Amino acid sequence: MLFGIEWDTSSGWAFAVSILPILLIGMWVTIQATVLGFFIALVVGLVWAALKAAPLKIISWPAAVVTEFLRDTPLLIQLFFLYYVLPEFGITLPAFMTGALALGLQYSAYTSEVYRAGIEAVAKGQHEAARALNLSGTRTFTHIVLPQAVPRIVPAMGNYLVSIMKDVPLLSVVTVLEMLNVARIIGDRTFNYLIPLSLVGAIYLIMTLVASSGVRLLDNWLPKQGIPLK
Amino acid sequence: MTEEPIIKFDKVVKRFGDLTVLNELDFEVKKGEKVSIIGPSGSGKSTVLRILMTLEDINGGVVTVGGEPLWHEKAPDGSLKPASEAHLHKMRAQLGMVFQQFNLFPHMTVLRNITEAPVRVLGMSKKDAKDRAEELLDLVGLADQAQKYPHQLSGGQQQRVGIARALAMRPNILLFDEPTSALDPELVGEVLNVIGKLAEEHDLTMLLVTHEMRFAREVSDRVCFFDQGRIREEGAPEDLFTDPNEERTREFLQAVLDT
Repeated sequence: MLFGIEWDTSSGWAFAVSILPILLIGMWVTIQATVLGFFIALVVGLVWAALKAAPLKIISWPAAVVTEFLRDTPLLIQLFFLYYVLPEFGITLPAFMTGALALGLQYSAYTSEVYRAGIEAVAKGQHEAARALNLSGTRTFTHIVLPQAVPRIVPAMGNYLVSIMKDVPLLSVVTVLEMLNVARIIGDRTFNYLIPLSLVGAIYLIMTLVASSGVRLLDNWLPKQGIPLK
Repeated sequence: MTEEPIIKFDKVVKRFGDLTVLNELDFEVKKGEKVSIIGPSGSGKSTVLRILMTLEDINGGVVTVGGEPLWHEKAPDGSLKPASEAHLHKMRAQLGMVFQQFNLFPHMTVLRNITEAPVRVLGMSKKDAKDRAEELLDLVGLADQAQKYPHQLSGGQQQRVGIARALAMRPNILLFDEPTSALDPELVGEVLNVIGKLAEEHDLTMLLVTHEMRFAREVSDRVCFFDQGRIREEGAPEDLFTDPNEERTREFLQAVLDT
C-alpha cells in the first residue's frame, strides 16, 4: 500500500492496473517539479542574460562566472549542496522546493544562453532604426527586440523543458516522491520492479512526446517575423 | 549668404580600428539644401550620415547640427565635453533616416511602424498619429497598405514606408543612406519618385548617399564627390557631372556611368 492505495498482485495485469493510480500521483509531482523548475529557469535565466549583457564588467563578469559554474558542475552536486549545506546556514527548504530550485538554477545557465542568442540574432538595423526614431532603450528592448527574439527562443526553451522533465528523477535522492521514486518503493515492497519501472518508462515517453509536440505546435504557430503588434 | 549652416563638419575624424574612414573632413550643408554624396565604396559617405544620425561616434573634430554641437555638450566653463545620451536624444529629434535595408519593424503593421515613435517619443495621441500616418502613406502612394506587415510588401513599397516612418517624426533634416541599392531595378523608380517629390519641399534639408547618378543630378542643389574620407570635389550637379576638375572624379564618373 502506498498513498492509501492497495495493490493487487494476483496477476501482472491486475498489478499494473492497481499501481497505475499510485504512479500517477508520482507523475503529478514530476509535472509540478518540471513546471516550477522550468519557471525558475526562465526567470533566473533572463536575469543572468541581462546581467551578462551589462556594459559594466563588474556586473557582467560575476554573472558569467556563476553561470559557467552552474553549467559545468553536475546537477546532483548542486542538489546535494542545496539540500545538505543550506540548512547549515539556517535555510531549510522542503525537499520538493530544494529539488525544483536546483533544477531551475542549473537550467537557468542554459536558458540565459538561449536568451542571449535569441536577442543577438535580432538584426543590427532594428536597433539602428529604433535609435533613429529616438525610441528609448527600454522601449526598444520590450517592443522591438523581444517580440522578434521570442520565435527564436521558444523552440530551444522547449527542448530544455523536456530535458528538465527527464532530470526530475534525480530529485528522488533527496526524498522527493516523484514518479521514479514511487516506482522504486513499489518495487522494494513487492519485489516486482519490472512492471512499475516499465510503466514509468511508458508514462515518461508519453509525457515527453506530448511536451515536444506542444512545443512544435507553439513554434509553428508563432510568426517567424515576431509577435505581431498592430 | 552668411546664413549659419544647418550641418557642419569641422575637421571630423572617424576611425574603425586602424582604418581612417573620415580624415579631417570639412563639410557644410545649408538649411533646405539638397545634397547628394557620391563616391566609391569605403570612401566614408555612409559614415557621414551615420554620424549625423548618432549611429556612429566620432574620434576627432566637431559636428554641428542646427548651430549646436552634436557629439559634444558645452560644459559650464564653456569647453566642449562628450555628449550625454540625453543630449543625443534631444539632437536626434531634428534628424530622420532612410536605410538601405529599410529596417522596418517586421512584427508591426505598416501603420504601427509609422505611429510607434510619434506616440511613444513625441507623445502624440494614437488618433492624431494615425491620421498623420495616413496622410504620409497617401503621400508615398500606399494609402491602402496600412494594415499589412512589411513582408507582405515589395521592396519598393517597404522603402516608401521607411520614408513615411522617418517623416512622421517631422525632422528638419532627412538622411537617405543608399535608399535604392537593395531594390530590384524595376522598383527603383517608385522610390526615387517619392524622394524627388520630397525634394520640392523648400524647408526640408536632404542628404542623399546614392549610386543613382542621373537622379542625383536631377534633384540636388550640390553634389559632393567623396574619396578616401574627404570631399575630393563638390559643386553644382551640372558642373560636376559634365566637367569635373579632378582626374579622380572623372575616373569615378566614367566607371559608374558606363555600367
